[in-house]
Amino acid sequence: MLSYIAKRFAISISILFAVSVAVYLIFAFLPFDPAALTCGKNCNDPGIIEANRVRLGYDKPVWEQYWIFLSGLFVGRSFGEGAALIECPAPSLGYSFHEHSCVTNSILEALPVTMSLAIGALIMWLLIGVGLGVLAARFRGRFPDIGSTIFVLIGTSLPTFLTGLLLLVFVVVKWRILPYPSGNYTPLTENILAWLNTMILPWITLAFAYAALYTRFVRSSVIETSSEDFIRTARAKGLSEKVVLRKHTLRAALAPLATMAGLDFAGLLGGAILTETVFNLPGLGRLSLGAVRDYDLPIIVATTILAAAIVIFMNFVVDILYAWIDPRIRVNA
Amino acid sequence: MSLLEVSNLRVEFPTLDGIVTAVDGISFKVEKGETLAIVGESGCGKSVSNLALMGLLPKRGSKVSGSAKFYLGPDTNELINLPEEKIQKIRGNRISMIFQDPMSSLHPFFTIGDQLIEAHQIHNSVNKEESTRKAIELLKKVGISEPELRMKSFPHQFSGGMRQRVMIAMALINQPELLIADEPTTALDVTVQAQILKLLKDLQQEMQMAIILISHDLGVVAGAADRVNVMYAGKLVESAKVNDLFAKSMMPYTSGLLASIPKPDSEVNRLSVIPGQPPSLLNVPKGCAFHPRCSFLDRVIGGPNLCKEKEPELIEKESGHFARCHLESHVVLKK
Repeated sequence: MLSYIAKRFAISISILFAVSVAVYLIFAFLPFDPAALTCGKNCNDPGIIEANRVRLGYDKPVWEQYWIFLSGLFVGRSFGEGAALIECPAPSLGYSFHEHSCVTNSILEALPVTMSLAIGALIMWLLIGVGLGVLAARFRGRFPDIGSTIFVLIGTSLPTFLTGLLLLVFVVVKWRILPYPSGNYTPLTENILAWLNTMILPWITLAFAYAALYTRFVRSSVIETSSEDFIRTARAKGLSEKVVLRKHTLRAALAPLATMAGLDFAGLLGGAILTETVFNLPGLGRLSLGAVRDYDLPIIVATTILAAAIVIFMNFVVDILYAWIDPRIRVNA
Repeated sequence: MSLLEVSNLRVEFPTLDGIVTAVDGISFKVEKGETLAIVGESGCGKSVSNLALMGLLPKRGSKVSGSAKFYLGPDTNELINLPEEKIQKIRGNRISMIFQDPMSSLHPFFTIGDQLIEAHQIHNSVNKEESTRKAIELLKKVGISEPELRMKSFPHQFSGGMRQRVMIAMALINQPELLIADEPTTALDVTVQAQILKLLKDLQQEMQMAIILISHDLGVVAGAADRVNVMYAGKLVESAKVNDLFAKSMMPYTSGLLASIPKPDSEVNRLSVIPGQPPSLLNVPKGCAFHPRCSFLDRVIGGPNLCKEKEPELIEKESGHFARCHLESHVVLKK
């Protein structure tokens, strides 16, 4: 098992390295000049542009820029000198001229928002998806199954921005159950009620869409597993239907869910752009969206690499988790 | 005294195309300690009839009727349509089952030990140590070396033959009176087949249990069974002691099956086959279900139309030898 983890870890690190190189190269060869962007809209003083180019290191060859970027992660970076000196301590992801702050700080502000959003939504959709899916499979063709089919149909066809808007219109505007999203984020540690107030609707919005997919998946997975030979063996042993379902069927049927949930979760952590925009949440999705709009290259590079890192990390977690669930993988590795 | 008395067992599956009668009123007995083989082609109802006895057919989507009396000491249990809680007490305890494909019959996520212990714990209120001891004892009995170590292994770490041994250990852990073995050797290669059959025979003697051996392989049946029931299109067509059946089958279907066994010393080069296909259970031929494939029609005393119009009864043609055929019994033998 340990060698399996080590192997997976090594693979993850190499992929992450390759991805970061690729991202860096893509942005290095984009057809606009990052230094020119630092100087505002009506700027045409080549002196300032050239000075900023040197200051931000864009005058160096690409491979050296990448090396500086990489080492910045471990030792921090400083830009300019004298009175205009800007220090970004490790792990530094660069400096955003547009925001006038270190990229790491922008990300550290946005990350907890996206984390709260993704974790809450994940828990919600897993509970609903697994619950409804198992129910639908158990009472196949009867009321719970039909009800869940309707739920799946609505959930998969409603886009999240529409669900979000509908929730806002009814829950916030019409019924006034919750306050209007202010655009501020209150951390869980500061005020749990305020945190819940901001997060609950975004959770429901995301969970609705994902729960529908998961319900459908769990239903078919449970039905498929129920016809496996080893389930017939479990029944032939004299186990009750309840134990057969809980212990034997679900264990096998829900194993593939680890992969699915891990990757969907990783996707969300990279930023749920639509949901964050609808609910005015200052998370990673909105950070990258704003950065794209403003040509804020350092932030785009950082959020892209971060999103890739999260996906790679979750893949690693899923691999370990799956090996723990399914003994066949443990031994073959 | 009989252990199991099945009478007029019927299993129907309603489908979109009509009702499929998979088992059409079969009756038979299983005596204590004997091996009864049930043979027939795929889809003749041999597996379904036994799943029905165990109450393992899906409740919705199947209709089981008839009677199956299972005698346990002074008690008589009617197995057909027994409430779920009651049949669970019999399943895996008094009647156990092993299946065709040992590769997929064990749960891939649990150790062999867990699965054996679970089988013991369901039916015995003893602690886990006691069940563990019992599980190891059974693994030893079915010929698995280092059973203490193997308890911690997962099914995928065993070969097919070993897995079938584990399945047998699991089925026998509660010392059942009856073991239903549904094609237990079909998925195994021939040498392993022989070992498993010998193991079953030895354990049967040791534990004094009866076996219903479902098979399509007459070679397996010849070596293992005391009596044989032949099924065709959901019905019993012949039933006899194994020697009687092999020596003088009284129904053309059975003799066709026997003739299709390869004989290495035979001078004929081609294997004999039964022409045609088994009938669709949605549309069983009128009269004798076998008549479209039968090559004896013109030898029936009442003429071929008798077989096409009237279904023969299952009658005792000789002492203990039943057959469902309009032919005079000696006619079939002569071919």
